[in-house]
Amino acid sequence: MRRIGIQSIEELYADVPQRFKLKRRLDLPSPRSEQEVKRLVETILSKNKTFKDMPIFLGAGCWPHYVPAAVETTIQRTELFTSYTPYQPEFSQGMLQALFEYQSMICEITAMEVANCSMYDWASALGEAVRMAARLTHRTKVLIPKIIHPERKATLETYTEPMGIRIESVGYESETGQLDVEDLKTKISEKTASVYVENPAYLGSIETQAEDISEIVHGHGALFIVGVDPISLGVLKPPGEYGADIVVGEGQPLGNPMNYGGPLLGIFACRDDMRLIRQLPGRTVGMTSTVDGKTRGFCMALQTREQHIRREKATSNICSNESLCAVASAVYLALLGPRGMRELGEAILCKARYAMQLLAKIDGVTTPMFKSAHFKEFTVNFDQTGKTALDVHERLLQRQVHGGKNIAKEFPELGETALYCVTEKHSKEDIDRLALALEAILEEKS
Amino acid sequence: MFRQARWDERIIFELGRSGRRGCTIPKVKKEIQRVVGDTKAFVPEKLRRKTFPKLPELSEVEVVRHYVRLSQMNFGVDSGFYPLGSCTMKYNPKIDEVLAKLPSITLIHPYQDERTVQGVLEAMYRLSRWLAEITGTHDVSLQPAAGAHGEFLGTLIMRAYHKLNDEPEKRTELIVPDSAHGTNPASGAMAGFKIVVVPSDEDGCVDLEALRAAVSERTAGLMLTNPNTLGIFEKNIEEIAKIVHEAGGLLYYDGANLNAILGKVRPGDMGFDIVHMNIHKTFGTPHGGGGPGAGPIGVSEELEKFLPIPRIVFDGKRYRLDYDKPYSVGKIRGFYGNVGVLLKAFAYILGLGAEGLEEVAEISVLNANYIMKKLEKIRGFCLPYARGRPRKHECVISAKKLYKETGIGALNVSKRILDYGMHAPTVYFPLIVDEALMIEPTESFEKEELDRFVEVMKKISDEAYSTPDVVLEAPKNAAITRLDEAKASHPKTMALSWKMYLKKSKR
Repeated sequence: MRRIGIQSIEELYADVPQRFKLKRRLDLPSPRSEQEVKRLVETILSKNKTFKDMPIFLGAGCWPHYVPAAVETTIQRTELFTSYTPYQPEFSQGMLQALFEYQSMICEITAMEVANCSMYDWASALGEAVRMAARLTHRTKVLIPKIIHPERKATLETYTEPMGIRIESVGYESETGQLDVEDLKTKISEKTASVYVENPAYLGSIETQAEDISEIVHGHGALFIVGVDPISLGVLKPPGEYGADIVVGEGQPLGNPMNYGGPLLGIFACRDDMRLIRQLPGRTVGMTSTVDGKTRGFCMALQTREQHIRREKATSNICSNESLCAVASAVYLALLGPRGMRELGEAILCKARYAMQLLAKIDGVTTPMFKSAHFKEFTVNFDQTGKTALDVHERLLQRQVHGGKNIAKEFPELGETALYCVTEKHSKEDIDRLALALEAILEEKS
Repeated sequence: MFRQARWDERIIFELGRSGRRGCTIPKVKKEIQRVVGDTKAFVPEKLRRKTFPKLPELSEVEVVRHYVRLSQMNFGVDSGFYPLGSCTMKYNPKIDEVLAKLPSITLIHPYQDERTVQGVLEAMYRLSRWLAEITGTHDVSLQPAAGAHGEFLGTLIMRAYHKLNDEPEKRTELIVPDSAHGTNPASGAMAGFKIVVVPSDEDGCVDLEALRAAVSERTAGLMLTNPNTLGIFEKNIEEIAKIVHEAGGLLYYDGANLNAILGKVRPGDMGFDIVHMNIHKTFGTPHGGGGPGAGPIGVSEELEKFLPIPRIVFDGKRYRLDYDKPYSVGKIRGFYGNVGVLLKAFAYILGLGAEGLEEVAEISVLNANYIMKKLEKIRGFCLPYARGRPRKHECVISAKKLYKETGIGALNVSKRILDYGMHAPTVYFPLIVDEALMIEPTESFEKEELDRFVEVMKKISDEAYSTPDVVLEAPKNAAITRLDEAKASHPKTMALSWKMYLKKSKR
């Protein structure tokens, strides 16, 4: 204070109008020591029941998967997590290379050529993808599947409404849950900017007509956007192999814990096509060399698309993203490698199939409702049991089992149905326990 | 002498060897296999992946070593002084990290029955109440994932507000000052507004006359950072609020610089209707090399009904999620927000309390003014706008004179700072300052560190006048020498993935 010639700190706030100054202390708790903070936070959080306390069969956009220890320790390197966006590339080579490798691995698993270094989550990535397609094609309609996560759809509406984009849903085959291709053919037109499909679909089934859909979409000059759960891509055909122009998805399963639904990791990839690349939202890292051309290095590329340079003409407003989650995913994919991804996919397929077979044996339970192949999620219907999905949920909870997501309201046409999820984290005992509990519950009188 | 680690670290795809594994997947039990049969049959031929993804094949130790080396070629707040203006690179308390790793937060699912997640709902509810108190707003939504996401939400709320007043077609213009962050106009444009830019006056503040001329019945609102990006408090804020409100617009507060005024003055009290906070700036959560952050939004009582669903509510006994909000702008993301980040802010505020937060503001402002006084005396640098007026948490100096006299501008200065083992300030922003260096020391660094930075700036000035080549050739001590950034963006040489690089190098 002496050096800058002031007697009191208040002098530095002299230009704040007197009438606005806060004349009291903020109404907040008193300062606490680290030990007290720890105890209090632990006590509050101990009111939560976790996957450790009971098997939880929830998915629907955020999934329980195992996070290897080496992923956790890597992203705890403080040089990485206490750094900012790599605006000084020479000082941030570590983060930049890690993000470049993340982009590269996303390209490998999706069979695309370009990826950005993250969006907030799947839902916002979808919003940005549909906006991007509209900018690129100068068209204003998007077709989405009727079977879609309602919150993802709602986010898409929020993102696209200001641009005047019209969203229309394409129905599904009630037998199989597959996209109704005839309905798509009727609805697609020269006004369609993009068509969006998910694989696996929201209700778990694998969309096998992807190639045909792609042909129809491209036949109308529209862009084909595919949404993925990346952990399925060790066993499922990558969207780049069936004509996707843009791939979005939720990267959380790749090495990021559930954290009550955030932070998540929005995957965003596209083909190597300058028309697409110039419209890409968000940051992307490129490989380059030193000015003298001698050494390979990394820096952010195509910054002229971004808000800090292009301002209101930017391709997106995104600045802070989910970089550290992207690094976690890169470490995860590097640890698993090609064979690990395949084996993990197969293990999930097996366990989910096992759960479906076990539950299907229970009187009155129908699972899955669609005659299609399923990855890790599947519908369980209770119409023939005389109990509602909510009722079943309540009774399962009493038995320390958390059932799937009740979708009776989301899809009234599917009746009393819940969406269950089984991953490599569920043991055989967990699944057996679910089946036994369900059996007992359904024998109970309502 | 500072030297950043310089590993000749290859791309991960070039490491390892075919067949190596970094982790194993638990074998599916025989009992399960027996029941389900052959997995091949589970996926229809048409959708089966035929070839393995070309991921790297490494052992666990190879993976770990690779990323440890990469981390050593990265500079964070824990590595040293990081005066990146507008980014508030403060220390991230380690206890917050420890708490955010508790299984009682990491292992809970967002669709769990509310009765099984009372702990996290309580923490989030209390945090939202504290943030409302800190910003002087009525209610806070924790959902936005970042500051810009909060801005997008804020401008959508403006839209919804005017729509409800039957003015959606009319209120098409959003005003931003020329000193605003790039996200402001970008967010407004995303929400469908036409951006109108108002110039700054000679003090670097909003030009009141220009603002009066800019507002009209088309004005939806004004987005303002206060203290602004020059670190100067908009002393005419009362008048600004009056002009905007009388024109029927809403006032939006960009919270990037909230650190300077914690416990001193509240945006809500100044007349702001919508406020975003950057949790990763003001409330001590790490920036993660670019994210994840969190950008909660606080709003006035009148605007509460527009906040995204669901809202966390408390009936005195239980916390629950309320989806019944007919006026809500809807959803802006999946689930409820970056809870893992927000929990760290909960612990941060719990530790500091009201007194601690106020001290944060005071010391950050004191540090900025201390540095400013010392820097403006250095040859080649000057302090544009409002000389003699105190700055808040950051100051912007111009290297215009240095550039004129030596050919060394802000970019070269910033690269040379790296050689001395410090991160550079933000450069070339705000746009209204030539050769800008935007310096935000935060409260986290001691006087000795600030003095060392001033010493470094003096040295660089001397070098610019005596041995300009050492500055022009900087950095020499970073992990790599100056990079060719244009090459990374040129269509011919652009490589945004390993695959793309291989494809281009084959040609």
